[in-house]
Formats: sequence, structure tokens, C-alpha cells
Amino acid sequence: MYNYVMRRILIAIPVLFGVTVINFIIMKMAPGNPVDMLVNPKLPAAAVEAKRMELGLNAPAYEQYWNWLKNLVLHGDLGYSMITYEPVTRMIGEHLWPTLLLMGISLILGLAIAIPLGVISAVRQYSKLDYTVVTLSFLGISIPNFFLGLGLVYLFALKLDWLPTSGMTELGQGGSFKDVVLHLILPCIVLTANVTGRTIRYVRSSMLEIIGQDYLRTARAKGLKEVLVVNKHAMRNALIPIVTILGMEIPILFGGAVVIEQIFSWPGIGQLTLSSIMSRDYSTIMGLNLVAAIVVIFANLLTDIVYALVDPRIKHSYQGAARS
Amino acid sequence: MSEAITRSAPSQTPLLVLDQLKKYYPIRKGLLNRTAEYVKAVDGVSLNIVPGETLGLVGESGCGKSTIGRSIVGLERPTDGRILFEGADISKLSGSEMIKLHSEVQIVFQDPYSSLNPRKTIGSLLAEAVKVHRVVPSDKVVSEVDRLLDIVGLPKTSKSRYPHEFSGGQRQRIGIARALALKPKLIVCDEPVSALDVSIQAQVLNLLKQLQKEFNLTYLFIAHGLGAVRYISDRIAVMYLGKVVEIGPTKELFRNPKHPYTRALLDSYPIANPHLRDRERIVLEGDVPSPVNPPSGCRFHTRCPMAQAKCREEEPLLVGEGDHASACWFSH
Amino acid sequence: MESLLAVKDLRTSFDTDQGQVVSVDRVSFELKAGETLAIVGESGSGKSVTALSIMRLLGKGSRVSDGEIRLNGVNILELDEKKMRDIRGNRISMIFQEPMTSLNPVFTIGHQLMEAIRLHLNKDKKQARAHAVEMLKKVGLPRPEQIMDEYPFALSGGMRQRVMIAMALACKPTVLIADEPTTALDVTVQAQIMRIMKDLCAEAGTAIILITHDLGVVAEMADRVLVMYAGQIVEEADVFTLFDHPQHPYTQGLLRSVPHLEADDQDELAAIPGTVPARYHKMQACRFHNRCAFATEKCRTELPPLIRTQDGHTSRCWEIEAATIHYEEGKAR
Repeated sequence: MYNYVMRRILIAIPVLFGVTVINFIIMKMAPGNPVDMLVNPKLPAAAVEAKRMELGLNAPAYEQYWNWLKNLVLHGDLGYSMITYEPVTRMIGEHLWPTLLLMGISLILGLAIAIPLGVISAVRQYSKLDYTVVTLSFLGISIPNFFLGLGLVYLFALKLDWLPTSGMTELGQGGSFKDVVLHLILPCIVLTANVTGRTIRYVRSSMLEIIGQDYLRTARAKGLKEVLVVNKHAMRNALIPIVTILGMEIPILFGGAVVIEQIFSWPGIGQLTLSSIMSRDYSTIMGLNLVAAIVVIFANLLTDIVYALVDPRIKHSYQGAARS
Repeated sequence: MSEAITRSAPSQTPLLVLDQLKKYYPIRKGLLNRTAEYVKAVDGVSLNIVPGETLGLVGESGCGKSTIGRSIVGLERPTDGRILFEGADISKLSGSEMIKLHSEVQIVFQDPYSSLNPRKTIGSLLAEAVKVHRVVPSDKVVSEVDRLLDIVGLPKTSKSRYPHEFSGGQRQRIGIARALALKPKLIVCDEPVSALDVSIQAQVLNLLKQLQKEFNLTYLFIAHGLGAVRYISDRIAVMYLGKVVEIGPTKELFRNPKHPYTRALLDSYPIANPHLRDRERIVLEGDVPSPVNPPSGCRFHTRCPMAQAKCREEEPLLVGEGDHASACWFSH
Repeated sequence: MESLLAVKDLRTSFDTDQGQVVSVDRVSFELKAGETLAIVGESGSGKSVTALSIMRLLGKGSRVSDGEIRLNGVNILELDEKKMRDIRGNRISMIFQEPMTSLNPVFTIGHQLMEAIRLHLNKDKKQARAHAVEMLKKVGLPRPEQIMDEYPFALSGGMRQRVMIAMALACKPTVLIADEPTTALDVTVQAQIMRIMKDLCAEAGTAIILITHDLGVVAEMADRVLVMYAGQIVEEADVFTLFDHPQHPYTQGLLRSVPHLEADDQDELAAIPGTVPARYHKMQACRFHNRCAFATEKCRTELPPLIRTQDGHTSRCWEIEAATIHYEEGKAR
């Protein structure tokens, strides 16, 4: 197992390298640059040129990339934002936590709702409950985030005035626990609805597949209670494919954060991403991209590790790989 | 040339010759996915089949009997050895040569359902086979399909129906009709009746036997059920872990099995006669060992009731008198 | 003597798109303590459904619509689910055809064995483990202590079926239902499994209901035989009578269509022509008449009852005499 994880981490290095190269190329191909975005068009050409020099934009592209990479590998340094002059590492650090908080809560809530509902829905296939659950999950998938988000803002903030609509804390209140929770509710609902919708369908179909298996009949023939047959014998097997969802949901949520954070002005990675793209903040974009790639790779690795934990057959094959 | 090559009805030139056929499947392992071991599915098998005969190939799961069948029709590429069909080596044919070969060598599978396209009617399935190989001129395709259905005992109305509308036995008839469509010389029957009910098995076996007479077909009949093999085969080869351990004429082999494995196989087979239930017999211990690292010496020694030191060390060759041979140090 | 298990007029039906289909139609039989009763039939004959009806483990959409199943005089169809659970795996156990899929892949062998033991026998974890190891030893598995901690994927089909037998017999049931227990196994392994099943059941006094399509297995194992066709019992006799003097043309046909190993040269197998009719459950006739050489007008219009010809031998046929004479003559020839 250790061997396997090490191997995966080693493979991740060239992948990450490739991702940064591609990202750099695409970024450079996009029209505009940080100086154009930043400066007053009336500024004399010499001043603009000085700015370009200062930001290192006049060097050939490969050299710019090489400098960025050298800094990263040698010093673990992602450089400074070309707009705010803050260290990129610090900017990302500040914005990462709000996003992880939002994502984590939505993911946990989504799974907590979807797994039991999916299971019940599969066990009582074709019942009214099943149809209701399937319909709800369909709604969860098909309503766009921004639509649901705006709808919720309209209802709970504008009409009812129960909940705040933007930011993570109320200005000037210092961010008490209660304050953060209140701000979390609306964006969380949107993301959770999305996660739940997708997950229910996986859980239901994975459970349906398990329900017809011979070993459940064996379990019943032993005299086990139906509750145990479903919640223990069926669930442990149904969980195996559900684990894949973890690996897929994390990148999806990470991407979805861009829209959600925009709607609710949530000070997370999504917002930072959008603003740095708008201002062509090259160094920040590169850093964010690297973080996103790491998250995706990490999510996949996590999936495979959890896979091994829940499925003895896979654990065995990892061990087999490690032994030789 | 190995010994067994000569071991067939000697008067006729064989239609098919397997010469030291080997099929190994690599198992990849480790950080670099190197091939660490091989599954030795078929490990040096030599057999002859003469025109018009049925050679039965029996053995338990994993003995390599199906791999041999699949190699003959080109579904597997042998690792080593030769497959001679009418004297020409067919084990290394290219795509187009292979297609040509298919009109001479056909296969009937165990589960005809999974080998019939569910979205095509029986008529178009059969017509396709007839057309691809230009068996008859295009204006005669329809009547040829009718003829095929008639041969295997299905009504002409079957043409417009889909595979799922047929029972297991009928589907197997369709599978046979499709194989016959190309007017082959050799048909590999890979467990053709194992999935069928007893009363239906008999129907299909009778059909195969009757077709053989009518069209002078040659069969390689692969099965694990000894009853069916005995009924249809002229000669039988018994396989164990990728090797032939005994081969001989059916009657002779059943009356006087030489290899202890053959004996155990015959003894284990349940006989539909309660008066014989307390007969003396050898019941083997344990399971068939893995073909990844087969036992040294005689591969059967781990389960053989009469194994001795020599059996663990040296591999016995297939030898015997006349056309009955076995690979055992102590059976002669 | 009071019979151990008495099934009376059992009717099991299931829902299809075309309405209700009766897959087991008025099946009655008795099982005495310690005996082996074989139920023979081809796919769709209702033999497995009969077994699942006794276990009350029918799937969705099917139910026992009529009849009684008495275990030691108690009709188990009337028991509540909790009481029925006390019977399953404890007094009536079952093993299935597919050893490869009958064990849960994510739990160890030991876990699955001990689950049944702890459920029905009042044992703590340590005792249950010891008992489980003992059972694995009894079914002839090597290194039972190690196998306790293995997962099913590490075992071969034959070994898994041994585990299933160990599990089924762990609580010393009075009835073991074995549904095609050796069909998926290799011949040499099949012989081992049958021997183990027979020896262990004899030792514990467990009666066996053996469900199979293989007449060879029946001849080797059974004391008494029920032949089922299209959801009904068509013949019942002790094993020697059934193989020596079958009365129902279907039984006769089955026996003749088996390729024999001990007899020389069979020119042609006597196949039973045709197939089981699709809507047999609606037929007011002998369900075998379309495949029967002795069918008369009466067979096409009236369902024959089970006719008792001598003690312990019954068959569902209007033309027993003609069929029997023909069969005996054929055998003599």
C-alpha cells in the first residue's frame, strides 16, 4: 500500500508539470496582459514600459516560465501578485479556507442526505417514495447553481430578510461563529442540493445492483434481520462504487465554487480565480491553477486509498503490486 | 516432431494438427508493470484430427481446453507451436487470410445468446454470414438461409424473429446454422450443450451427430460433461493443467483408462443408476492447482493417489501402444 | 412417524406484465427426519421456487398464495417474520448453486460464519470462533484458522462451497435445502462436495432436500425423488423404483436422454422433442401432452391427478400403463 501511494505521488509530479506548462501557454495566448489591465491608458509609453520591465514581462515566454518554476521548486515560492504585490501563497492561503469550509460542509451534508435516501429509494424501487426521491435528485442536478442561488437570495434575503446575502461575515462584526454560519446557509444549500442530486442517483443505482446479489440471499437464509442485510451486507458493497463519487465531487465542487462564490460574494478561491483572470494577474493564475491541479490529483488518490480500505480485493491487488 | 503427432488413426492424413501448441498469458506486476509470471493455459499440446472424426477434449476448468479451441479459430494467438490446417500453418495468419480460413473452420459457443447480435433478426444474421463469404450467388441468399434453418430443424418463420424470442436449445440451433452457413470442414464445439437442459441437450447432440454424417464434418468437441463427450466422440483427449494426460479411442478410454486422472474423472462422474452408488471409486482430494506455477514433474502428482518420488521430479511423456497413450510413469 | 416437514398444496405465484403466473402449482410432499429427498426438474420447472417458498425467501412480486408448510407440525407460513428468522439458518438452512457469488466479498470467511453461529447459538465471540474453525475443519478445508481471516476472493469455487456447507450446518439444522449445490463445480470437486454433504448430514441427522437437474447426482444421493415439470409434481417414488420403473413419460424421457457412461455405444440419444409450453399455467390439460408420445384426447383436455400405483409411487399421467409397458420393453431390448 505504501509503495502504491508513493508510486502515485511520483506519477503526479510530471502531471503537475504538464498542467502548469499548458496553463502557462494558454494564459499567454489570451489577449491582454496585467499592465494593460492595470494602467491608465493615458500613461506615457515609457512608464508602461518601465512597468513591464518591473514585472518581467519583456523576457521571452520560456524564460518567464522558467523563472516561475525555479522559484517554485527551489524556494517553494509562487511569486507576487502582479496587481496587489501580495505574495501569491498568502493570497491563496487566505482564500482557500473559506472555499474548503463551504465545500467540506456541502459535501458532508450532501452525502449524509444522499446515501440514506438513495438506499431507501433502491430498497423500495418503484414505490411512491422512490419516484419522489428520483424526481428531487433530478431537480438537484438540473437546476443551475446560479438560478437556485439567485432564487434563494431573492426569497430569503430580499423578501423575508432572514439571511445575509453576501460575504462570509458582516462588516464590522469581526466574524463570530453565528455570523459565519448564517452566511454559510444559502451557498451551502445551493451546493448541497447539487451534490445530493448527483449522489442519490449513484447510490440508488449502485444499491440496486447489489440488491439482486446472491450473497444477500445467503445473509437472509442465515436468519439475519432485513435491516442488517441492507445496512451491513448490502451497504458495505454499495459503498465501493460510491467512493468514486468522492473523487469526482471534489473537483466538481472546486469548479462550481467560481459561480457560487461570485453570487454570494464568498471570499474564496473561486472569487480570487475570477478576479485574477480578469486582471490577467499571471502569477496568481499560475498559483491557483497549480492548487486546483493538486486538489484534483489528491482527490483521485484519496479515492483509490479509500477504495482499498472498503474493498479487500483491491487491497490485495495493491499488496500484490507492492510485494514484487 | 513430438510423439503424439503420430498418435491418430494412421491411415488418413490429418485435417488439423496441433504441434506443441503453447499459450501463456502474462501477469503484470510491480512498479514498472513488468511481466512477472505467466498463466500457462496451454503448455505444449500436440493433437491430430482426421477428416470426418470427432475428437473430444475433456478436462476441468482451467485445463486449457477452451484456449485450444479459441486458438484454432484464431481468437487467440498461440505463444508457441504450430497449428496446421490441411498442412498449412494457420497460427500466424494475417487478417484477410484469417477471414478466408473462417469459411473452413467455425466455432459454436457455449452460450449462443451472447454470440448472437440481439438487434438483428435470425434471417439477417444468417444472411450476413452467407454474404460475407460469398457462399452462394446473391440472388440465392434467401433460399440458402431457408435451407440452413431447415437443416437445423427450425421453422422458416424464425427468420423474422430476434434471438431473445428463442429458447436456449433453439438458440444453439441458430449458432450451429450460422457455423454451417460457411460450409466449413472443421467445427470447434466449445461446450455447446453445457448450458442446456438435459432433454434439450440430447436434441442438440443428436443434431450435431446427424449433421456430421450428412456433411462429412469434423468436430473438435470441447466439454466437461463426460456423458456428452462419450456419446459424440470417436476419440477423446483428457487434459489437465495445460497438458494432454491421456488420449485414445472413446470405447477403449472408458473401458480401460490408463492415467489415474482419467480414472478419477470417470469415477467422479455421477452415474444415473442408483444401484451403482456404492461402487468403488477414487475421489480426488483438493482442487486443481493454479496454472501460474504448475506443480513440478507430473502436474497431477499433488492430487494423485499413486504418486511417487519420480513423479515430483520428472515429467512423464505421452506414450502408449497403438492409438491409446497416456502420460504417467506408472500406468504401463 | 410424524414427518419432519410436510408441504401441502403449495401454490406460489409471481406477478408479470401479463398478470399472475403460478410457478409452483399444488405441490405436496413430506420429508422424514434424516432422509434425502431429491427434487428433479429442468429450468423453470418450479423446483427452486419450491425451495425458496419453504425458506420464505421469495423475491419481490412473488408470494405463496395457498397451501401449508409444516415444520414439526407448525405451519411456518403463519409465523411472523421474527419467528421465521429463528428458523432460517438454524432449523432449516440453505446452500445455493453459485459458490462464487454466494459469499459476501467484503467480509472475511470467519466473520460470515460467526454471524450465523452467534445469531442462533448462545455463544460468545471466542466460542463462536472455535465453533466456526471446527466447522471448517469438518468440511475438510486445510488451514482452517487461516481461512477464517481470508476473504472469499482468495478461495476457489470448491472451497467456497465447503464454506457454504459449513455455514449451513453450523447450527445443526434439521433440514438442509441444497439448490444445485454442485452444478457450478468441476466433476472431481463435485464428488468431494457431495460426499462431505452426505457424511456431515448423516452425522448430524439432518434431512436434505436436494434440488438438481442432474439425474446422476440424484442417483448417487437421494433416498426419494420428486420429479417436477412445468410447476407440478409429475412423479414421486423411492430412488430405486424411479430409476428402475419410471411411470411418467417425462421421467422416462429424461432417463433415456442421459448419455450413459457405463453402457457401450449409444447410436442415438432419445431426446424429448419440443419444449415446455409457454403458458402452461393456464392449461386445462396434462402439461406434458405436447411432447408426449402417448398423449390421447383425454390428455389434451383434462389435467391428470397424481395417481398412486403402489405404496410410495405416484405419477401424474392418464396413460401410465401404456407408457410403462413401452418403457420396459424398450429397456429389455
